[in-house]
Amino acid sequence: MMLQVPTPQEITAPALAGQSETMVLNIGPHHPSTHGVLRLVVELDGEIVVNLAPDVGFLHTGIEKTMESKTYQKAVVLTDRMDYLAPLSNNFCYALTVEQLMGVEIPQRAQVIRVLLVELQRISSHLVWLGTHALDLAAMSVFLYAMREREQILDIFELVSGARMMTSYIRVGGLAYELPAEFMPTVDTFLQRMPSHIDEYESLLTGNPLWLERTVGVGVVDADAAMAFGLTGANLRATGIPYDVRKALPYSGYETYDFEIPIGKRGDNYDRYRVRMAEMRQSVRIARQAWERLREMPPGDYMTRDRKVAPPPKEEITHSMESLIHHFKLWTEGFKPPRGDTYLSIESPRGILGCYIVSDGGPKPWRVHFRSPSFINLQALSHMSRGRMVADLIALIASLDPVLGEVDR
Amino acid sequence: MGIEEKAGNLGVVTTSLEYVVNWGRTNAMWPLLFGLACCAIEMMGAQSANYDLSRFGMEINRASPRQADLMIVAGRVSRKMAPVVRRLYDQMSDPKWVVAMGDCAACGGVFNNYAIVQGVDEVVPVDVYVAGCPPRPEALIDGIMMLHEKVMREKISGVKERPITISQPLLQVEVAKKHG
Amino acid sequence: MDNPTLLSRIRARFPQAVRSSTEFRGALSIDLHADAYADLVTWLRDEPTLRYDFLENICGVDYLGRTPRFEVVAHLVSMQHLHRVCLKVGLPEHNPTIASLTPLFATANYQERETYDLLGIIFTGHPSLTRILMPDDWIGHPQRKDHPLGDEEVAFTFNQEQIYARKPFARE
Repeated sequence: MMLQVPTPQEITAPALAGQSETMVLNIGPHHPSTHGVLRLVVELDGEIVVNLAPDVGFLHTGIEKTMESKTYQKAVVLTDRMDYLAPLSNNFCYALTVEQLMGVEIPQRAQVIRVLLVELQRISSHLVWLGTHALDLAAMSVFLYAMREREQILDIFELVSGARMMTSYIRVGGLAYELPAEFMPTVDTFLQRMPSHIDEYESLLTGNPLWLERTVGVGVVDADAAMAFGLTGANLRATGIPYDVRKALPYSGYETYDFEIPIGKRGDNYDRYRVRMAEMRQSVRIARQAWERLREMPPGDYMTRDRKVAPPPKEEITHSMESLIHHFKLWTEGFKPPRGDTYLSIESPRGILGCYIVSDGGPKPWRVHFRSPSFINLQALSHMSRGRMVADLIALIASLDPVLGEVDR
Repeated sequence: MGIEEKAGNLGVVTTSLEYVVNWGRTNAMWPLLFGLACCAIEMMGAQSANYDLSRFGMEINRASPRQADLMIVAGRVSRKMAPVVRRLYDQMSDPKWVVAMGDCAACGGVFNNYAIVQGVDEVVPVDVYVAGCPPRPEALIDGIMMLHEKVMREKISGVKERPITISQPLLQVEVAKKHG
Repeated sequence: MDNPTLLSRIRARFPQAVRSSTEFRGALSIDLHADAYADLVTWLRDEPTLRYDFLENICGVDYLGRTPRFEVVAHLVSMQHLHRVCLKVGLPEHNPTIASLTPLFATANYQERETYDLLGIIFTGHPSLTRILMPDDWIGHPQRKDHPLGDEEVAFTFNQEQIYARKPFARE
């Protein structure tokens, strides 16, 4: 089995030397269907893709290095901008890892709110995928519908945090603020409406002959190759492997929620589409369970009471000098986790998002590394597109759902 | 309806050539379909149904720089991407304008490091800076409206004015936060 | 599968490979000798009772001032046993070289190229070890601790004129 990922130079060099009979086509980094600043060097025989090399790094932001110069709590802001379709998932992964490093327990209520928001984030991220995937295959109206519902989710995020996209709402130790009173009814309305909206998208696409023509049997990857390439998320589950971190190595109380892992059979574009659509329904289901738990819960903490991480409450600061100093120290100097290193992974909308943090005992992380699913999923692109047409390649990129901010970090 | 009712009997409408040219340029400004990072998602949001940028004659995003006259630099520009951005700008036909959307494009934003160009104005001349990380779709539309005002003042001699900066956040969203 | 069982099995199979092992917050990390690394990973992957068949993460860390200075960290997951193990290999400051895992796991390809690009660790046996994130003509490895962050002075009202006078603004 040929599981190689060529570099752009390996394709361009023989062509430049005039040694190849094939044509080399450069797609990107500015191209409407590469979903950002991805560059693809494609070797073509007629219209058939013979070989392909993704060229990444056009959005390299130095996030990991910059985080080393910020305190643990301030570095949360940078994680937002990595996978910009799912900022809360990034916050979540980073916060969980630092909490594991510190050994901090998070209040039950904050955990439920986190799960609820992250599942809403998964829906919103899948909606952008659906809209752009359909747009790439010339189905314009799905994009408009998907963005309409996405705006409703962004409104919920705006309600809780004041920002539409870069919320930084999930902090180390809990959440940034208390939920506003309008939160519960707004989410309720949204969760009531969303299943019928998903039906609406499915009625536009699932049985559509044009859609089937472009997706069924396109970009096939089998389970062994998917495992070898480290494909995760819906891309892996579409090949029939039911691996979901939420079930396999649960975090934040996911083991107490009732949901299923949708899987596919063939590992083609259509299965990936079906898996993601089913995932949206499962996310609605999880979010609904979290909503009900939240409704039955008495008002409580949104942040841990552990003073190592969380500042003292405002009332206490007004009459206690020690609390004031502690508050000041916490925000200027930051907290200091013990020496050690820890790794944790969560199921982000795109796959396994892992975070590896090394602490030297100081207030700033010594090293932060993110295992970003898009970066690793992208390796399978050349394997999946060989022997197909250029037009299938475009459908395939959209189906893999890479976010370039996360690829390059 | 429209101009033929109002000016139908007059026969001749007099105005300055500059006004007509600039009116035409502002009302059919085609942006380059060019997204870099997070701001591109808000740019997509501005073009979708809720905000509907096509109200201002901008529904067509041209993927080819040859057919575009507005470059919205939506997102952070890395050192690797900077030559590409400049090349795209050079490929656009005159007259052309640049909106630096978001903090990263304006000044580097939160990413003050080795990888990011500290402001896209080091690479291409910018006409309007839009603040925000990312700016809301309304802020982007406001920036574009500001650019339209600037274009309306342009002389045919081709002398460009200095850049306009949105110094005050124009949209302050009040969010009810109940601190328990 | 639990941490002590796995560790004792590794020690039984490769008596010379393990330098030390730690358990921190329930996660097992094994510090290995560089020469046993690839063999151990192959065995972990292929042994039918273990099946650590998913390479989740591979990255490098620069511990400046420590000997050995560099460390390569790999996280392997067994989907059968739902267990994760962390393997670490310390590498010297001069010529940090380690065997590549790309022949074993295709997924290591990009991650090792990234580690090479940002930290300068050389993976022998990698099919195409070239820069991936930084431009090809970039000098240095930016994630090393002795590489400066490369930040620029932030302009405020009191110093913006000096900064803008130095800044290379683009022209038409």
